[in-house]
Amino acid sequence: MAAMSLDLPRRLRDAGLAALMALFLAVPFIGLRTVADGSGLSVVTRWDGVVAAVAVVFLGRLLLGFASDALAGWRARRPARARAPASADAAGRAARIFGIVAILFALALPFMPFSSTNVMNWGLLVLTYILLATGLNVTVGLAGLLDLGFVAFYAIGAYACGILAPILGLGFLPMMVISGLVAAAFAVVLSLPILRLRGDYLAIVTLGFGEITRIVITNWQSLTGGPNGLRIPVNPSLPGLSFERRSPDGMLNFYELTGLRYSGELKLTAYYYIFLAIVLLAIWAVWKLRRLPIGRSWEALREDEIACRSLGINPTASKVSAYATGAMLGGLAGCFFAARQGFVSPESFTFIESALILAIVVLGGMGSQIGVVIAASFIVLLPEMAREFADYRMLVFGAAMILIMVWRPGGLLSTREPALRLSDKRQPPPGASPSLSTGATP
Amino acid sequence: MEIGAALGFFLQNLINGVTLGAIYGLIAIGYTMVYGIIRMINFAHGEIYMIGAFVAVLAFSVLAAAGITAAPLALIIVLGISIAFTAAYGWTVERVAYRPLRGSGRLAPLISAIGMSIFLQNYVMLTQGARPKALQPVITGGIDLWQGPNFTLTLSYSQLFIVAVTVALMAAFTVLIARTPLGRAQRACEQDRTMAALLGINVDRTISLTFVMGASLAAVAGVMVTMYYGVIDFFIGFLAGLKAFTAAVLGGIGSLPGAMLGGLLIGLIEAFFTSYVSGAYKDVAAFSVLILVLVLRPSGLLGRPDIEKV
Repeated sequence: MAAMSLDLPRRLRDAGLAALMALFLAVPFIGLRTVADGSGLSVVTRWDGVVAAVAVVFLGRLLLGFASDALAGWRARRPARARAPASADAAGRAARIFGIVAILFALALPFMPFSSTNVMNWGLLVLTYILLATGLNVTVGLAGLLDLGFVAFYAIGAYACGILAPILGLGFLPMMVISGLVAAAFAVVLSLPILRLRGDYLAIVTLGFGEITRIVITNWQSLTGGPNGLRIPVNPSLPGLSFERRSPDGMLNFYELTGLRYSGELKLTAYYYIFLAIVLLAIWAVWKLRRLPIGRSWEALREDEIACRSLGINPTASKVSAYATGAMLGGLAGCFFAARQGFVSPESFTFIESALILAIVVLGGMGSQIGVVIAASFIVLLPEMAREFADYRMLVFGAAMILIMVWRPGGLLSTREPALRLSDKRQPPPGASPSLSTGATP
Repeated sequence: MEIGAALGFFLQNLINGVTLGAIYGLIAIGYTMVYGIIRMINFAHGEIYMIGAFVAVLAFSVLAAAGITAAPLALIIVLGISIAFTAAYGWTVERVAYRPLRGSGRLAPLISAIGMSIFLQNYVMLTQGARPKALQPVITGGIDLWQGPNFTLTLSYSQLFIVAVTVALMAAFTVLIARTPLGRAQRACEQDRTMAALLGINVDRTISLTFVMGASLAAVAGVMVTMYYGVIDFFIGFLAGLKAFTAAVLGGIGSLPGAMLGGLLIGLIEAFFTSYVSGAYKDVAAFSVLILVLVLRPSGLLGRPDIEKV
């Protein structure tokens, strides 16, 4: 039991050092604060805050140390076979069951007893981020192209919807398609020159592209309305059937047709089902694409570009298609967002949105579609739930991103499952990496 | 006279651009050193610079309250204080958010860095307030280099100070990297971390010191931006960090002279574009240049080409 003994002096010293560092760090920011007075800045002190911060760090570090000691002891005592990964088929089955449950829950959400306008709004928000993250998952998770400016395609979709709808005079669903295509077209034009860049350079160029898009939207007043925003003339609807209180010319009114009374919640429920159908369609399409040669070439490219090239895969075509597919889904989400809000402004498309979407993809475990759904719900709902701590929620959110990464660097669900197995009968040789033999059956 | 005024205007932009470029260059060195040694974009580096600026505001205010107002003395003290605290923040950021993630792919540290960036921004906003902080100018006055009928070419003392400090720091850093054991250890870790560890270099300590050095330079940039513009807020780190990273990539990431050259170019592009074309699109210009350079010369201006081996 020597491994289990608590090394108290070491832990105390460790926590003491951390507390000392915290004291040093806390003095300028928590201890002192500049306040504007008549002529300049004066300094006020808050030493109680420093004491609290140091105490929190000391205790936190101490408990963390004990916890990690205990965990290490427990790991050492556990027999080796208990650590063997669960069977791949079981994991696949669990994923499938979870997927079905999630879809049923999503379908039933408007009829749940706790359902309200707020719940519908949250549902729409979660769906928007699921669609965005599904798009980015194609680019980052499947093709391995790190994109830090994904919000650009979200913005392009939203503004394409708002700018083109009055010109073309089309309804909601055709506008969705057009917005997605416009975003994809932008992606193709952008990606042709930059896709030969290596990972991190690509990341920074896409980041720059995201910023450029936002700056252009903010400054091109005549086209986009600039910082004042743009009104969106279409609302989510089905062909020929409107869910607004007063339907536009040439469209049937849902409430006249069914005799139901108009309410904001009912309208949102209709939006919700339309969007849910779109999102499910998108997830299904990506799932199918992964099994086609083009989808497999994305994943192969992520694993080893040079091997792909020597096998005759055209890396440029493959990357451009992945980039454009992701951008198209982003554009769809943008168009829906715009139509639902009835208004867009550049403020909705800042870098923090790109970071959120990327965080969803990475937290969910790259390439995992179920992971994306879970992470999107988590990331969107956590700040919404913590409204009481409104001031602190972004602080907590940042800290949570670090902690989750430190705890699970591969994301919450991080199995790299191949989309296709060539033969089920051949057993992998003993000692082969388990991830090679796992995965969904085709 | 018209030609004279036009030339004066051009030279004024050159001076302003070089000053701005010096600040970007100092921040860019932090990005380039960290990227060189652990191949990650330290996304929180812009926030480290912002912290440097806030410590400077605090230190200037405390000194003013203590009655120390003589510019050279105050500046030296503030530089020291800001470097000490900012370096501590830089060290802590690496220890908390990056060290546990060493050897776990490229995306996990990047996400962790983005989380750290969000955390630090909100930390400063909550503890220091969201409103911009305005400071009395520390160094006033300047030299009128050229006096025209309706245009004066000025080199302010603060610009002179910024450029002088930057040049001095660059010289000191070049010596540090090229001549000292620490610099040798850093270059060794940059080339091959495993081999360096086998030869007895404490890799973790070297990486920590790299963060401390990067943060110290960012602190100097923060102090200088505080006294140059006089107004800062908790969000200045984002755009400055982005441009400094652009500068680092432009100059060739991993290369110290490259970072300085890149910073200078970004500063000049920004100054000239603002004056001659459009202020609203100045950031578009900087990023467009970045994209062009990367497409035409992916390893940056002074970087070594990165050959991918199988």
